[in-house]
Formats: sequence, structure tokens, C-alpha cells
Amino acid sequence: MAIWLTENSKIIVQGMTGGEGTKHTRRMLASGAKVVGGVNARKAGTTHEGLPVFGTVQEAMEATGADVSVVFVPPKFTKDAVKEAIDAEIPLCVVITEGVPVHDSTEFWAYAVAKGNKTRIIGPNCPGIASPGASNAGIIPADITTAGRIGLVSKSGTLTYQLMYELRDFGFSTAVGIGGDPVIGTTHIDALQAFQEDPGTDAIVMIGEIGGDAEERAAAYIEQHVTKPVVAYVAGFTAPEGKTMGHAGAIVSGSAGTAQAKKEALEKVGVRVGKTPSETARLMREIMQSR
Amino acid sequence: MDLFEHQAKELFADYGIPVPRGIVAHTVEEVRSAATELTGRVVVKAQVKTGGRGKAGGVKVADDAADAVAKAEAILGMDIKGHTVHKVLVEEASAIAEEYYFSFLLDRANRTFLAICSASGGMDIEEVAHTSPDKVAKVPVSALTGVDRAKAREIAVAGGLPEKALDGAAELIEKLWCCFVDEDASLVEVNPMILAADGQVKALDGKVTLDDNAAFRQADHEALADKAAEDPLEAKAKEKDLNYVKLDGNVGIIGNGAGLVMSTLDVVAYAGEAFPGKPSPANFLDIGGGASAEVMAAGLEIILSDPSVKSIFVNVFGGITACDAVANGIVSAFKLLESRGEAVTHPLVVRLDGNNAQLGRQILADAALPRVELVDTMDEAAKRAAELAAVGA
Repeated sequence: MAIWLTENSKIIVQGMTGGEGTKHTRRMLASGAKVVGGVNARKAGTTHEGLPVFGTVQEAMEATGADVSVVFVPPKFTKDAVKEAIDAEIPLCVVITEGVPVHDSTEFWAYAVAKGNKTRIIGPNCPGIASPGASNAGIIPADITTAGRIGLVSKSGTLTYQLMYELRDFGFSTAVGIGGDPVIGTTHIDALQAFQEDPGTDAIVMIGEIGGDAEERAAAYIEQHVTKPVVAYVAGFTAPEGKTMGHAGAIVSGSAGTAQAKKEALEKVGVRVGKTPSETARLMREIMQSR
Repeated sequence: MDLFEHQAKELFADYGIPVPRGIVAHTVEEVRSAATELTGRVVVKAQVKTGGRGKAGGVKVADDAADAVAKAEAILGMDIKGHTVHKVLVEEASAIAEEYYFSFLLDRANRTFLAICSASGGMDIEEVAHTSPDKVAKVPVSALTGVDRAKAREIAVAGGLPEKALDGAAELIEKLWCCFVDEDASLVEVNPMILAADGQVKALDGKVTLDDNAAFRQADHEALADKAAEDPLEAKAKEKDLNYVKLDGNVGIIGNGAGLVMSTLDVVAYAGEAFPGKPSPANFLDIGGGASAEVMAAGLEIILSDPSVKSIFVNVFGGITACDAVANGIVSAFKLLESRGEAVTHPLVVRLDGNNAQLGRQILADAALPRVELVDTMDEAAKRAAELAAVGA
């Protein structure tokens, strides 16, 4: 079992004909994901990587029954691409593109809400979502781990891979990279809720980083709604104030957004927080072994 | 990118927002001529990108040009929260009837924009927000519908602004919204927004944060960057498109992925606590997904040109990037740097995991590069890098 992405998911790629789109379409296909086509208005009617290219998301959905879109288009076209996916009411839209202006992501989020939240948006600036052994929508390497019963939600791509690798002997139901931008579609809380409801998930790893208060809000949610064990890791304890650490959202401003505050909020509600990625893996290992 | 007050006000003026007349000055001579030109009472304001300037003594009213020079002598060169004052804004003094607070900003938690408005403006707005939150209106603004004159007026009313200020405030707020959207800002703040004695509503101060991700459609913004204040290594890294932040320690860090590099900084700092001098990270450097030889060489070059670096930790998890490519990148980078007469003489600790890790380790072992050590885990490698920095220090 998995959340949001299963072996039956049919994936289209917006921006499939570009460099990144081509590379990752190949990788997704090689991992066994059902990629059924791509979207590029200028190349509609052609084929690429053996797959049909459609003019719009709507056409691609009608022709293939696709229910997931992965977006690789450059930042300046991302807003329109996501709004097109929302208009087509595709159930899941995974936005990999890095460097999307925050006014654009705020606008497409408002647009999704105004259209009745029919499309779940993951990202932008994220590695995507993988349900090992079932499907893979984005750039998470499929072969790090096997299918299992740990759920993972993370702001960071490489830390996701690191934890998947360290816990590969247990395996994962689904790993969701939600991205490190200030405004993102799917949040830690959305994933926690889905993992709590997923019968295929026994325990949850949550990875956060400095900036904003998403981890604090996730802690409040866990206290109220999550009964499955959660372990967490927060990156950026030693990051200085006022310096953006790679991710646009990763910045400590004043007393807000520090790793220490996030750790304390999580520990207060019974979440065990690892000091390093390896210690976090160790904490999860203990939980899985005691089951 | 944060702007200086004078830059923010110049931007406001472009959008038709009333601001006091002002002139930027870098020396007391420039202050004298600015104050002479403006005539009458002026305000000398330190230009630093931090709050609390007034409380620190960085903002002074002067009666005439001679007084302005005296005030500027004290302010220029002053340190405000670690920022040295290199320039001041000399501005005509405004006859203030009332002070309000106004800002548009990004509300991350609710994924929308927010207008914050209060009739209790001035220096102590944080205090007001804390003790009397009912005096500070927070009004969500949709990115789809934005702010027109009617909405602007509604926000001003919610903030408790008096009737006499509503027309002027609504006009200013509407224009400020245009500035916020058209300039791709994540914050525009006016504190205080004043009602002048003549009834005009003006921006007496300005704080603006621009979104770097929007650079592709904001060609004018590059000119606003404060090149002089940039760390020279950060400037060099930027030219090479490297995601680099200079820090205070002595262990050079190279990794892939923002989260992993942030985590590497933490792990090295923890490990350093056990060694003399407490070695800590010298930098943040994310070489991203495709760690090519060129990128690795550029990264190593930047780190080696930092005189405080004693050891280097390369921490890579091969996800998309295969570790053999990273290893080849390191080997090529060493050759490249050696051919330029910049041979790597610092100890380098490498941890490779993930995609093709074995192959990558083998490549490095075969290359037998001087002073390169392979360590299996991130925690152990961090410890070794810290130890080497302590020995070298």
C-alpha cells in the first residue's frame, strides 16, 4: 500500500521534451512507473521516448486516462503549466521545477483552492513522490530502497535519499518530497494525515529544515491526530540568522524558524528527533524492530 | 534580497507613493551639500539593512546643514547590530501628525499574502503586536483578486486608521500593492506611514525584500544588489553559479542538495565540539544534482581560496548523480587545479554513499590522491574532518 501514488497511477510529463524532462522520463520508465505521455503545445502529435506528446493536459488525460502529472517546465512557464493541470482537474500534480517565483506559486495555490482543490499539488522545487515497487513520479532514485511499511515526508531531496538508504532493509510505503520553497502545495501535515490513514504504513519519518513554522504546525497536528510512531530530523541547527541556506525557504529570521524551536515543538508531543540523519535512522530502526 | 531604505523609497516613488525628498550621502561633505540643498530641518538616517536603527542612535534630526554634519559624523562608521554604516539618507524633516504601520508580506503558513495595518505605528510595532494584538489588523489578500482602492480602504479601516487619513492611506496602500506584485517582492513595509500636518499620507520609512527567483523577469533588480558588502568569496562563487555561503569556521564543506549540506554543517559542528579549538564549518556549498568535474573543481577552488580552511569534507549522497561521476569529478578537479599550479594541499575527507558508491570509492582509492581519505559514514567522516582541522589549526 501507499499514499497518493500506486502501481495503477498513469503519469504524464509536462515538459517531457526538454533535457530534464527527457532524462527523468527515461528514469521513471526504467523504474517501472507507468508513464503514458507528455505535454508540449508546440510538439503535439509527435512522439518522444516512444510516448505520445499532447497539446494540453486535458487532451493527454482524455487520450490516456492519466491521473498524475509531473512538471519539469522552466520557472517562467511553471505557473501556467500548473494552472493548466488544475483546469484539467488532474488528481495529482508534482512540480519538480526549482526557482519558481513565490508570487507564481502563491498564485497557482490560490487558483487550486478557488477551483475546489481537485488537484493535489506537490512542490515546487521538490524531488517528487515515490512508492517503491509500485510507481515513481519525479526524480527520487527508484532503486535506493524496496517496498516496506515506513512512510517518509521531507522538505529536502538528498536527505530523503539518505534516510531511504539507511532504512533500506525495512523499505518504504511512500516517500514524499514536499520541497523547500516558502510556499508549497502539499505540506507535512497533509502527508502525516495520509500516512496515518494508510493501512500500509506503520511508522513515519518526518524531515524538516529551518525557516517558517511548518514543523511546529506539524507537531500540533501529530499531538491531535497521529497515533502511529513518528521520528523526525531537522536540518540547520548551526545555520546563522539571515542567510538563505540553498532552499529559498530555508532562512532563520529573528527568533522564527530555528531548528531548535522545531525540535522542541516536536519532542514536546512525543516525537523522537535525531541529532543526525544516522541517529534518526537508528530511532526508526528501534521502532520497526520492536513491532 | 533586502533593499536599503533609500532604495525602497526610490522604488515607492516610481509607483507614485509620496515619500519625503531625500539625498544619499557617503561622507560628511556630501551630507553638508545635501542638507544645504534640502534647506531647513533635515533627518540624517543610517542606511543599514537591519531594524532598530532609531534605538541605536542611527537616526537624528538636525536643525541646519552644520548640525546635520555634526549628526552625520556620529552616525557614519557606526556599528548597528554588526552592520557598519557606510552611507546616510539626508531627508527633509516631515511635520508628523500621526504615525501608522503598514506592510504586505507573504504568509507562508496560509500560503497567501497578508496586509498588516495598525493605527499604532512607529518604532514599537512588535511590542504593540505582542501586547495589544487587537490593534494590529491582519487581512489576508488573495493573489488572484489582489488589492483595489476599495479593498485598500477596507484594510485601512480594519487597522483603525482615522477618517481623516483613510483616503490618503487607501491610495498609498493600493499603489504599494502594485509595487509588491510588479516588483516580485515578498515584503514591503512602511513604518511609519504618516499623516503629515498638511493632511498628506506618506511613507516615512521603507523596507523591501525582493524574490531572487524572479530575477529572470526583473532585469532592474541586479543593479540594486549591494556589491560592496558582499563577501568576496560569495561574490566569486556567484559568478560561477555556485550555491555558496561563507561561514566562520575552518572545515570546508562540499555536498549535494541543500538539506544534506545543511545537515552536514550541523554534524561537523557537533563533531568539532570534541576537539581543541572546536573546529566548525567554513562554508555552505551545495554543488547540486549533477556534480561534474568542472563544478567540483570550481567548488574546491573557492574553498581553497578561503584562508581559514584547514580541512575539507566532501559529503555526497549519490541519488541522481552517480558516485563514480563524483569520484571522477574529484580526480579531474585535482588534476585541473594542479595544472594551474593550485595543487590541493589540504586534507580532504570524502564520504560517498548511494548510487554506485563502491565504484566511486574504488576510483578514489586507485587514484591515490595525496591527503584524500575515504570514510564510510557521514558521522565518522565529519569527525575525521573536524579532527584534521583541529590538528592543522
